[in-house]
Amino acid sequence: MNHMETPLLAFEGLHITLPVRGEHRAVVHRVDLTVPAGGAVGLVGESGSGKSLTARSVLRLLPPGARVGGDVRFDGASVTAMDAASLRALRGSGAAMIFQDPRAHINPLRTIGDFLTEGLVTTRGQRQGAATARATDLLREVGIADAPRRLRQRPAELSGGLLQRVMIAAALIGEPRLLLADEPTTALDVTTQAEVMAVIDEAREQRGLAMLFITHDLALAAAVCDSIAVMYAGSVVEQLPAARLHDASCHPYTRALLAARPDPGTGARPLRAIEGRPLSASEAGPGCAFAPRCPAARDLCTTDRPLPERTGDGRTACHFPLLAGADDAAPGTERTVRHG
Amino acid sequence: MIARFVVRRAAALAVTLLIASVAIYGALFLSPGDPATLLVGGGKEPSPRLLAEIHRQYHLDEPFPASYWRWLTGMLRGDAGQSLSYQDSVTHLLGARIGNTLLLIAYAALLIVTFGVALGALAALRGEWADTVVTVLSTTFMAVPVFVMAVLLTWGFAVRLGWFPAYGSGTGFTDRLEHLTLPALALAASWLAYVAQVSRAAIRAELVSEHVQTARSRGIKESRIVRKHILRNAAAPIVSVSGVAVAGLIAGSSIVEQAFGLNGVGALLIQSAAKQDLAVVQALALLTVVAFALINTAVDVLSAALDHRLPPGGSR
Amino acid sequence: MSAYQSVPAAGGRLPLGRVRALARGQGVPIAAGTVVALVVLAAVFAPLLAPYDPNAVDPLAVSQGSSAAHWLGTDDTGRDILSRLLYGARPSLLAPALITLTAGLAGTALAVSAAWLGGWYDRVVSAFLDLVFGFPGLVLAVVGAAVFGAGLDIAVITLSLAYLPYIARVVRSAALRERALPYVSALGLLGLSGRRICLRHLLPNLLPLVLVQATTSFGYTMLDVAAFSFIGLGTQPPTAEWGLMVANGAPGIIAGQPEQSLYAGLVIVVFVIACNLLGSGLSRRLLGEDR
Repeated sequence: MNHMETPLLAFEGLHITLPVRGEHRAVVHRVDLTVPAGGAVGLVGESGSGKSLTARSVLRLLPPGARVGGDVRFDGASVTAMDAASLRALRGSGAAMIFQDPRAHINPLRTIGDFLTEGLVTTRGQRQGAATARATDLLREVGIADAPRRLRQRPAELSGGLLQRVMIAAALIGEPRLLLADEPTTALDVTTQAEVMAVIDEAREQRGLAMLFITHDLALAAAVCDSIAVMYAGSVVEQLPAARLHDASCHPYTRALLAARPDPGTGARPLRAIEGRPLSASEAGPGCAFAPRCPAARDLCTTDRPLPERTGDGRTACHFPLLAGADDAAPGTERTVRHG
Repeated sequence: MIARFVVRRAAALAVTLLIASVAIYGALFLSPGDPATLLVGGGKEPSPRLLAEIHRQYHLDEPFPASYWRWLTGMLRGDAGQSLSYQDSVTHLLGARIGNTLLLIAYAALLIVTFGVALGALAALRGEWADTVVTVLSTTFMAVPVFVMAVLLTWGFAVRLGWFPAYGSGTGFTDRLEHLTLPALALAASWLAYVAQVSRAAIRAELVSEHVQTARSRGIKESRIVRKHILRNAAAPIVSVSGVAVAGLIAGSSIVEQAFGLNGVGALLIQSAAKQDLAVVQALALLTVVAFALINTAVDVLSAALDHRLPPGGSR
Repeated sequence: MSAYQSVPAAGGRLPLGRVRALARGQGVPIAAGTVVALVVLAAVFAPLLAPYDPNAVDPLAVSQGSSAAHWLGTDDTGRDILSRLLYGARPSLLAPALITLTAGLAGTALAVSAAWLGGWYDRVVSAFLDLVFGFPGLVLAVVGAAVFGAGLDIAVITLSLAYLPYIARVVRSAALRERALPYVSALGLLGLSGRRICLRHLLPNLLPLVLVQATTSFGYTMLDVAAFSFIGLGTQPPTAEWGLMVANGAPGIIAGQPEQSLYAGLVIVVFVIACNLLGSGLSRRLLGEDR
């Protein structure tokens, strides 16, 4: 993780609060995370863990009244300090977002063609003809066959899967260097999910795009990303290479997520739900936010918040990380011992 | 798709108007006494000779469908019969007054659409104090009836400040406009407030919508987002309530004309109702219902054209 | 004993909590409800409250401003304006109340029966409601006055008809939604008669909606009734009624004596605002929504 060159995207101690009835409440506690150029990072967590706001902070798309601490750097430049023109440039051609629900996120009254070409024509000054040609090519690339007809249609005339492909084409049309994919398949049928994921993967590969992939599906993230970051109650609790997820995860929450998911490969392992309910960031006390649900929690966990530290292949924010390969339920040895 | 919608709405309009015309003509026969007394006006018993004359003139002794048909075709030909209390043809009475009424309604409609939408947009887009001011003012003005507004405006702007005439219709275009300003304001006020509130709500809903967020995420300029995504998408509901408001002006115009002593068809409707001169009342009621229904239908078609998601549903 | 003495102190937090609840948006509906209640009380107790007979003419005190004898002054025939406002509350409230009650009862009955029975009956009822909805209420009332003669009774009848669709259309679509809920068919399977399901189950669940619709309509019916009297087709002089008082005072405005019109107008406006605020407060409370 200690790359010498500047990463394409870096969250440095990101902290976000939102006003709720007059007082500010933390929705993101602490996110330290980097996405290298061309790399894909999966940000995994339950709903309310703050993963979506983390992604939106890259484009400064936060709800009104949100306060941001720490920093988000895109290609070295601080997003929080950008002026309006640089921000527009970042949004137009630096990073592009693929939203979860294309039906809500595409203007229902305008044609698909208008939607795709609007950015090119209004912010880059391209001619409508050239922009339309580009849009047609991109629609074909994302697997929409009768592109010219689709360009004249409105969102209501397209299926959810087709609309999400349109959304992907719209993200690609500005030739960004980073894709922010916010649960791009959650709103789709299971069968179209795989197709849409394949379209994203292929487009990334061809262009060498970096991606921050937001999802609650740990296995899906592991399948399409190089590296996985697990978020819980507003903080990244563990980050590790995707390939090492099953063998090297040390955080009890990551382990619990893995155990809560049916895995056809491992046979008759019983499924285990995580007990208790997920906490929101603002409810977290002074200790580890996962402590109330953690089978391995001790006194220290309720009083001191653990900071992310190196654990083998990744980084884990846990006082008592579980040893690689050890049984989930057994508490790991203390950090000091393991380091010794 | 939109053509089918237009045809269906037009058919519904025709049926509505047909039934309404039967109801309006039938009202003549609802009264306990001889319907001919209602055509004389004045509500008092005229001489038997006059009554017999009216019976013959209006074919009151024919079966209802026949006399109704005679009345309806007469209306369609522009012959609305004679007003006995005004000693004039109804068509002539109407023709002399309709100009004032149309000018008044057009003036008020212009005020409603421009200022109502502008205030709604200001409240929604500026927020904070502008929002508070517009919300409080519109809530208040919506509760001020036309005739109280007429009284307030007359007192404030005609009597205290002396900026506008308090009474009468005026002659010549500018003089007429000057005479119509206070009536138009009185007529427009509560509808203007209503349009402002609905515009505000519609624009706010678009302002926080997901597709606007998408447009922002793509670096599109805020001014363009406001024009092409927010205002454009809020247009259908705004047009829809503006139409309801303009249709509402038709009913309100008679009160305003009465309050300001304007010589229009609305005041004629009220005065002939007071005289129980049913020939005039029937013609004006039919005219009002036709105008009301036409505007409502036109607005339905227009807002369906503005928002492709809405049309074929009948009940919105 | 000392343990019990802390009770009043603890109880002292209650009013504070109440004040906080007021500040959090409950205050507006409560204030609006208070205004409505006060006006209703004033109408009921007008004979006790009014300092004068509302129709007593005093040729020696014509068109006076406010004084100790006449708090709000007198009108052009020397009648006490305050007394007329108090007595005027009676027809001004009673007529809209009758209209709302009639339209509310008939509208709900039509709506629920149409939603329950469906078929051609529902289509006929819906077409009828659409037709009435297409008539401006005031025009309907004017035609009524032309046929039957001017008067408040005709306004009540015609406006009841005109307001029918305002309540019935909303209640019908709510009843259709309610009807589709599983519990209704479950009750049918239990062998309950349609009438019993409608009266005992559908109706009580729709009642909050009817109440909210009626409260909001009440303010607007009051405006229409007052307007109808204002144009001279409703309440006839010398009866005191707010709309008529605005009309009676109108000639005085140009003469620089706007009091009668302004006071009567103000009372109407304040009362209607209170009705609307109460309606939206009830809506939020009973239906959990803004409208």
